[in-house]
Amino acid sequence: MIQVEHLSKRYHALTAVDDLSFEVAPGEVLGFLGPNGAGKTTTMRMLAGFISPTAGTASICGHDIETDTLAAKKSIGYLPEGAPLYGEMTVQSFLEFIADLRNLTGSMRRNRLEYAIGRLQLGSVTEQTIETLSKGFRRRVGLAQALMQDPPVLILDEPTDGLDPNQKHEVRTLINEMSRDKIIIISTHLLEEVDAVCTRAIIIARGRIVADDSPQGLAAKSRYYNAVSLQLENPQQLAAARAAIEALPFVAAVEVSERDARLTALPRAGAQILPALSELAARQGLKLKELHLESGRLDEVFRTITA
Amino acid sequence: MRNVGVIMRRELGSYFATPLAYVFILIFLVLANAFTFYLGGFFERGQADLAPFFNFHPWLYLFLIPALAMRLWAEERKTGSIELLLTQPVTLWEAVLGKFIAAWIFAALALALTFPIWITVNYLGKPDNGAILAGYVGSLLLAGGFLAIGSCMSALTRNQVIAFILGVVVCFVFLLAGFPLVLDVFRSWAPQALIDAIASLSFLTHFESIAKGVIDIRDLLYFAMLIAFFLLATTIALDVRKAE
Repeated sequence: MIQVEHLSKRYHALTAVDDLSFEVAPGEVLGFLGPNGAGKTTTMRMLAGFISPTAGTASICGHDIETDTLAAKKSIGYLPEGAPLYGEMTVQSFLEFIADLRNLTGSMRRNRLEYAIGRLQLGSVTEQTIETLSKGFRRRVGLAQALMQDPPVLILDEPTDGLDPNQKHEVRTLINEMSRDKIIIISTHLLEEVDAVCTRAIIIARGRIVADDSPQGLAAKSRYYNAVSLQLENPQQLAAARAAIEALPFVAAVEVSERDARLTALPRAGAQILPALSELAARQGLKLKELHLESGRLDEVFRTITA
Repeated sequence: MRNVGVIMRRELGSYFATPLAYVFILIFLVLANAFTFYLGGFFERGQADLAPFFNFHPWLYLFLIPALAMRLWAEERKTGSIELLLTQPVTLWEAVLGKFIAAWIFAALALALTFPIWITVNYLGKPDNGAILAGYVGSLLLAGGFLAIGSCMSALTRNQVIAFILGVVVCFVFLLAGFPLVLDVFRSWAPQALIDAIASLSFLTHFESIAKGVIDIRDLLYFAMLIAFFLLATTIALDVRKAE
């Protein structure tokens, strides 16, 4: 369990984190979202014990981050932003260094090293120095380091930044696998990542929480939630189709994209407009390439609440 | 304390992972010997001792030790690896101590590699080996003092060049604290007690009394306290500035 109470961090005149309070329970994957400079990294650094809060407290598995720092740090696997590492070390010696700092010994040490190297597919580069590795490999070394002790809490600052789509998928699979009994907090700019791995999303802007909900709950706040998007075979029908759809009750607005002959009908609050629209298409003889129900657009919600 | 050892071993290993260690040791040995034989007149003096060797150590260290110490924290802050290190279950104090000891062991290694000159002087005459041992102890303590100052300067900045220059300046002030160059700055306004206190901080006075072969507990205490003070200052500086 992570408990955060009225956590604040001020630098001179700047308030980076302003009175954050939330709790995270085991099994939850919490996504931290927010524009650059919103205070995501500062919050994670405070939780990981790198910087001290100006006000407020937080506890990790019952250990206060200020009065019981070492025990709190022991419960956390942390990937700092940009995954800084010791470039001159080999992957093997770096991970051994982390294992030693984590007080792993004997067969436990061997097993955890083997697990971390195997799980992040680092076997082929263990004897290379870290500075010679590609960005993707370095990020994986950073993740291996965070997993070393099998900690109950993982705090990962932009874990998929700089990875290619395959590697992103791989890391997300890893997070999903581990999420059952752990608390995982990730920060990200990628909204599809929130959908893919998070059970809960907190959006922060200017150091404050502006939304705290499940990804589905957030998407439901979108004006595109339950909107219907249809693409026409014949662009000439666009104007007529638009007029007909706008005339329907329950339709709040229609957006048109001429480039791909697409219409998006936005429903009035709570209305289901898909049946009415498919009926209308049949009646008017509109040839449809595609007709689908939107589940809400996270990026649009994000922009609306953080702007 | 286990963590101090782990951090120390990693740090020491990183010296040898780059050419830094070899370049440093080579330059140290070449300069130490050049000073001894050319400036110190090792042969011309006709005495079987290592005074011309040890006399130049403070000046050699003045530039070489800040060069060794400048990367201790500035580099960690620049690359961000300090965040990785300090979010492991270690205390700041363990990290500061571990890295300092690594640098000190490295300096001790460079110093130990000057052993041919000890063999030479024993081959040529009958020196007082007790005094030579004291000279080595004094030199090692001096290196430790400079390293502690260098560690603190390195913690103040992300820039290694600035850390180096700050290190040289502060070491220089401490080296000459007992001399008019430094004391005159204070003489016009400070009370005599303060001037005496500053004069007693001089590296050179304490080093020379040890190098003469007299290991006085007060000189040992001086170096121990100086190192402890600057390591504490390093810890405070890091605590304030580590995230910047």
